[in-house]
Amino acid sequence: MYLQFMVDGDDFLRAGEASAAVKRTLKQLGLESSLIRRIAIAMYEAEMNMVLHANGGKIEVNLSDTYLSILLKDTGPGIVDVNLAMQEGYSTATQKIRELGFGAGMGLPNMKRYSDELKITTIVGVGTEILLGYQL
Amino acid sequence: MRVDELAEQLGLECIAGKEGMKKEVTGVYIGDLLSLVMAHAKEGQIWLTVQGHLNAIAVAVLVNLPAVVLVEGIQASEEMKQKAEEEAIALLITKKGAYEVAKALTKWF
Repeated sequence: MYLQFMVDGDDFLRAGEASAAVKRTLKQLGLESSLIRRIAIAMYEAEMNMVLHANGGKIEVNLSDTYLSILLKDTGPGIVDVNLAMQEGYSTATQKIRELGFGAGMGLPNMKRYSDELKITTIVGVGTEILLGYQL
Repeated sequence: MRVDELAEQLGLECIAGKEGMKKEVTGVYIGDLLSLVMAHAKEGQIWLTVQGHLNAIAVAVLVNLPAVVLVEGIQASEEMKQKAEEEAIALLITKKGAYEVAKALTKWF
């Protein structure tokens, strides 16, 4: 199964629709609920990052019998220091974003914790690709 | 314990998502940083927060929380109410602070 989503970058209050749609689809397909929860959390973090930091992007979901991959591509500013961004509590979010409960510096750590595989490819000034992978 | 029973006992007002009032509550989570809520709130917990906007409902949906309680008299945005209605998440409000509500909830959880 293949799903594709274009994520709008200008209204982050409405963001999270793609993650909610994937969660619903996986539920209909009968995947185990604890696995769906892990996928939904990691994907929501990645989708929100895309909206909060990169003005949106594209998400591709590929599901086979044994593996689920979620690829999130954006053309945002890129991540200057991935190691630093992986540290819990490190955030570049603005005050306005923080007041809404984002910018806890938990996005990338949550993606790692709630995926089997996390690949980050980023070039400053060009964009970021995040791959979340799950063994089924 | 169901959401509607708790709401009645604690004097919480349901402003949207009445369908969610029939759901069972298994515990309580308090927090305002959405990433932490997603990581630590457990399915079935009622969530006390000051985040009166749309993303709070998105988080509740993702981790299967039956109800969101806005404490400290925080108002919900219209979009939040609509989304709570669509997703059948009970949206409750109270003038009390999180500590006061949580203290009352220790009777059951």
